[in-house]
Amino acid sequence: MSLLSVRDLTVKFAMRDQTVTALNGISFDLAKGERLGIVGESGAGKSITGFSLMNLLSRPGYIDSGQILFNGEDVVQMNDKRLRNLRGNRMAMIFQDPMVTLNPVLTIGQQMIETLMAHRKLSREEARQIAIVKLREVYIPSPEERLEQYPHELSGGMRQRIIIAIALLLDPQLIIADEPTTALDVTIQADIMELMLELCQSNQVGLILITHDLGVVSQMTERTLVMYAGRIIESGRTREIINDPQHPYTQGLINALPQQTVPGQRLKQIPGNMPGLASIPAGCAFNPRCKYATDLCRSRVPETVHYGEVEVACHEVQRLNSDEDRQEARA
Amino acid sequence: MSDAKTDRPLLEIKNLEKRFDLDQGFLETLKFKQGKFVRESRSVHAVNNISLEANRGEALCVVGESGCGKSTVARLVAGLLTPTAGEIHYGGQRIDNLSRGDMQPLRKKIQMIFQNPYASLNPRMTIRQALEEPVRHHYPSASAAEVRDKVTEVMLSVGVDPSWAKRYPHEFSGGQRQRIAIARALTVDPEFIIADEPISALDVSIQAQVLNLMLEAKESRGLTYLFITHDLSVVEHFGTRVAVLYLGSVCEVADTRTLFSSPKHPYTRALLSAVPQLKDDRPNHIRLKGEIPTPINLPTGCPFQSRCAFADARCKSEKPKAIHQPDGSTVACHAVEEDRLDAVAAG
Repeated sequence: MSLLSVRDLTVKFAMRDQTVTALNGISFDLAKGERLGIVGESGAGKSITGFSLMNLLSRPGYIDSGQILFNGEDVVQMNDKRLRNLRGNRMAMIFQDPMVTLNPVLTIGQQMIETLMAHRKLSREEARQIAIVKLREVYIPSPEERLEQYPHELSGGMRQRIIIAIALLLDPQLIIADEPTTALDVTIQADIMELMLELCQSNQVGLILITHDLGVVSQMTERTLVMYAGRIIESGRTREIINDPQHPYTQGLINALPQQTVPGQRLKQIPGNMPGLASIPAGCAFNPRCKYATDLCRSRVPETVHYGEVEVACHEVQRLNSDEDRQEARA
Repeated sequence: MSDAKTDRPLLEIKNLEKRFDLDQGFLETLKFKQGKFVRESRSVHAVNNISLEANRGEALCVVGESGCGKSTVARLVAGLLTPTAGEIHYGGQRIDNLSRGDMQPLRKKIQMIFQNPYASLNPRMTIRQALEEPVRHHYPSASAAEVRDKVTEVMLSVGVDPSWAKRYPHEFSGGQRQRIAIARALTVDPEFIIADEPISALDVSIQAQVLNLMLEAKESRGLTYLFITHDLSVVEHFGTRVAVLYLGSVCEVADTRTLFSSPKHPYTRALLSAVPQLKDDRPNHIRLKGEIPTPINLPTGCPFQSRCAFADARCKSEKPKAIHQPDGSTVACHAVEEDRLDAVAAG
């Protein structure tokens, strides 16, 4: 049985004059200890997916239909008590900005010990010892002293390490990390990525990594979902998706990166913008920006099909593969 | 662009320094030490003795991590900050000590683009008003029709439909807004553009659009860029020359190709190794020990010594000078100078 199994998840937002669909029939699985990347641009629905998994959506957003099975139990149907037991204990979340996640008026120690004592029957001293062990695991120097410090006294990289330590406090089975390194400098990002990879592998913790950075996904994950306008448009093994993407959007996203073009030459840009949730075009949402779009693409939403090594939602995937540019790009 | 001054660099920065005082009022500077009151003020050493040059038609990139002083350099060159010491020359003329009035004609030549297009456009002005304002200011004698034509021409050149001119900034997406900010800089026909992280706030597919636009403007208008960024893959694509900054000092300056094919300074190497690679799933990144020291109390000697694997006694006491290398790059590192780096790596 997979650790997490999401089936036809649909999330809507009730706005004043209309209801918009933020996630439209998302389905995917995550095995125990597996690392999955979710990529896409702003507005694709990646973060909404992360929030929904923990049933953390707040009004005006709500889960309209679908199932989120975690160890076989539906998160959507859980009552508050069960959810409290789930969150932090078995699933933990890491956010982009560590300064917002940490409480600025409590010391690191208070925040860690409080979390432990809320979930486990422990004495204060026992909780303190666990906190110290966890801080050491994320390579925080002199953890005893750090426990007495406030978040503002620490650097960005150190704060993100502490967030990771807090996420690991209760030995969760799944960590959902929403752009965990985006706010950090590259050298610190590389350290944090290495650390997360090491911890997930040694503790058999599943990871859902939400990011816009294909390089990060490439180095951190085994499987990848590509999202566009609230749907999964391509999924498969990360290596296949990076090396041989099938959906025109995934191809566009990878080709748009500066390292894919000879320096000084024009970058291969994707024309246009991601549509807003209230104005998602009919048919395939990507059709106005896609050079392969046909009448079919403009009228019908494509089914997800198995093509090559990946799952892809595109009507024209076969024609696209015989395209000359594409052959050229591969060669 | 063939005038007599072409042999001199368009922009010359000489021994530039900028310190920001932390304790500003008299009472803040009073400290109680060893039973006595003493006056003492701390300051942030944002830029320390930087010398750089940008030739005409070049895209000089300044890279570094947060707090290395790259934005301060941009603001000093743009005249938004006054240097504590050092000189800035533009087209052979010293510009860092000019009065506001004397700076006016230069403001037309030097334009700036900022990171956040949401903050750089006035939300209460329509796009037309925002774009016409700089033209009216710098060409007071231009007729209304001329101004209108100029704005329309620039809007077309950056791919913003002139029929959108009556809209307000909030009606546009981030990418479009950044195009408008670029259009605003281009309306006065500048020759030098300072771009401070112009694409960092944008999505990948939009980054490519904006970067292409900036490259086109460079070709068609013969622009020179001072491009500030933390993103090395953008530098490799866009820059002709790169300066790597660490803690307010220049570590290495080189042609883009030279820097990426043979980085010399240990910090440059660590920085390059930390960029997540798309095709290679084995991170071979060079781990740096410790963290960036605070620019309030600069370390003595080389600014990088506290995190450098090659640091020795000399690095801890003496600040390395920028030394020219055979391949044209300039590196400030004792280990490179003494040829200790690759000896260690090989052995």
